Amino acid sequence: MSKSIISLQSIDKDYYVGDITVRALRNVDMDINEGEFTAIMGASGSGKSTLLNILGCLDKPTTGNYHFDSELINKLNKNQLAYIRNRKVGFVFQSYNLLAKTTALENVELPLLYNNSVNSKERRERALNSLEAVSLSNRKFHMPNQLSGGQQQRVAIARSLVNNPVLILADEPTGNLDTRTSFEIMSLFQELNEQGKTIVVVTHEQDIAQFTKRNIVFRDGRIVKDQRIKEPKSASEALRNLPSENDDIIELNIGLRK
Amino acid sequence: MNIINLIKLAVNSLLRNKLRSLLTMLGIIIGVASVIAMLAIGEGSKISIEKNISNMGSNLIMVFPSSDRRSGVNLGSGDSKKLTVGDCEKILDECPSIKSVTPILQSNGQVISGSSNWPTSLRGTNEYYFEITNQKIGSGRSFTFDEIRRSSKVCLIGETVKENVFGENSDPIGEKIRFNKIPFEIIGVLESKGQSTFGSDQDDVIIAPYTTVQKRILAITSIHQIYTSAISEEASEQAVTEIEESLRKAHKLTGSEENDFTIRTQEEIMSMLSSTSQVMTALLAAIASISLLVGGIGIMNIMYVSVTERTREIGLRSAVGGRENDILWQFLIESIFMSIAGGIIGILLGICSAYSVSHFMNWPVVITLNSILLAFFFASIIGVFFGWYPARKAAKLDPINALRHE
Ligand SMILES: Nc1ncnc2c1ncn2[C@@H]1O[C@H](COP(=O)(O)OP(=O)(O)OP(=O)(O)O)[C@@H](O)[C@H]1O
Ligand SMILES: [Mg+2]
Repeated sequence: MSKSIISLQSIDKDYYVGDITVRALRNVDMDINEGEFTAIMGASGSGKSTLLNILGCLDKPTTGNYHFDSELINKLNKNQLAYIRNRKVGFVFQSYNLLAKTTALENVELPLLYNNSVNSKERRERALNSLEAVSLSNRKFHMPNQLSGGQQQRVAIARSLVNNPVLILADEPTGNLDTRTSFEIMSLFQELNEQGKTIVVVTHEQDIAQFTKRNIVFRDGRIVKDQRIKEPKSASEALRNLPSENDDIIELNIGLRK
Repeated sequence: MNIINLIKLAVNSLLRNKLRSLLTMLGIIIGVASVIAMLAIGEGSKISIEKNISNMGSNLIMVFPSSDRRSGVNLGSGDSKKLTVGDCEKILDECPSIKSVTPILQSNGQVISGSSNWPTSLRGTNEYYFEITNQKIGSGRSFTFDEIRRSSKVCLIGETVKENVFGENSDPIGEKIRFNKIPFEIIGVLESKGQSTFGSDQDDVIIAPYTTVQKRILAITSIHQIYTSAISEEASEQAVTEIEESLRKAHKLTGSEENDFTIRTQEEIMSMLSSTSQVMTALLAAIASISLLVGGIGIMNIMYVSVTERTREIGLRSAVGGRENDILWQFLIESIFMSIAGGIIGILLGICSAYSVSHFMNWPVVITLNSILLAFFFASIIGVFFGWYPARKAAKLDPINALRHE
């Protein structure tokens, strides 16, 4: 049996706004093992991001126990949480969150700047390797505003890989991208997963979730469905089956001529 | 994050917003520059006062009629009691601690010689004036007792008057000049004394017998001031008491009546001048420090703006493992850098402006190492102090909210 990476026991997360209590997560139990590729799904406001923040040690549950990589997280202080995020977690965000006016390479290096055991030479090397892994070696000195959305997201994924994390967390990583680019990103995640990375992706699109190995659906802060997919679709294949961009352009040209 | 990376980060972020960084530093630059310049001017005037003390006779005691009477009733007679030549004689006769006495009369006017003219002031004295005020005669001679008795139209001129009327390398002795239409024969040229403490030219003067000035120029019988010298520096306190006694008697002042004259020793005048200049220096330095403070507030303001602008960046840094202290130092080093850079530029600018003040306005300036260290120290402190709150705000941001910002 493979090792458990994430173990949630009766997790509650409450937000207090004025005298209203928002119960964002209610009694959530969940286990995720090494090598899994999980999609967290659900309607807007169902608690997906809240869960992801807790998984990523950005936030602590109100009650319940969270074990991450065999460590009890909800007892740790801020600096210890920061340390865990730095060494064991890679984040990918919907809006990429790259630093403006900073090269792709430097953006990828960022997490290692907060790791004093990595010197500048090693930092550069690892960042280059990460960029290589997302096939952006040729864009290392480009600024974010010189890259397309899909490329920016790939830089962000390279950044999430650079510290060689135990877990990659992505909150709607394809939310800002078109279908083709979304599939490209999912294909990249599948590739990483095949190399052994544990990945959790938040999405509300079935199209995206179908590329993962496990779908967990939330409603009102509760898990309502937890389904494993035996043979997930291959994103690269789906990509090939999409009508090619060139066809679209030709059709458009004909349309214009008429 | 280690310190080298933190510094790189701060420098990069400042360079990314060059104009903004420069404008922010401007407050500190101006503040530091003005502190340096003000202290340089203050120090310069202090030192020049000290130099002047030795320049003028240190045993000098001056007597003025006192026109300012705040307490007591002014009986409508208008002017206060005037000093007379008789007073001078009394002082010389009755005060054993006094060595010499001279009456002083002062008149401003034009001197004319041939086609050149020059506005200056004429001072009427007796022959002891030169000894009392430590005024040496460069060439020619002083006037004699006989010339004073006869109200002779002879005079000694200062270096500045000579240069402007006769030219630099001339020998005007024996020449005639007219002061307010009265012709004087030049019998001597005064040795140059240079600038006084507050920039007035002590060589821009003509000295003539007081009797001549009294009768031929001003047509009065009184005198303006009395200069005396004590027999020694130690005796000058005793001399003041003696003068007061003798003048009260001469002016028939009884019991509780106030003096109608003021006695000032050289020392008193100098300490008065230097304390005025100290007050001025303190005041100017205070104003300059306020501008330094305003500069600090400018830094704080921009740092707050920058923290707000970069909320997402802060959230990201925190998400990838930046600790509160890493974020705090990132911003603190930025503000410290701005204030130190501003401080260094300000010091250079301050030194330049102090020297241009001394060059163009002829004010004495002295830049001390202390004033530079002081300004630099305060600039750095301001960077820490005003950078602290914005940096802390950044460090305390919740990463989740920060990432969601805007
Ligand atoms: N900081 C907060 N303060 C108060 N309430 C919050 C806060 N963050 C989230 N919530 C509430 O918690 C609930 C879950 O929010 P969450 O962001 O996890 O939803 P989500 O599933 O990610 O939705 P979406 O698909 O729109 O991103 C919502 O009702 C939301 O209003
Ligand atoms: Mg969400």
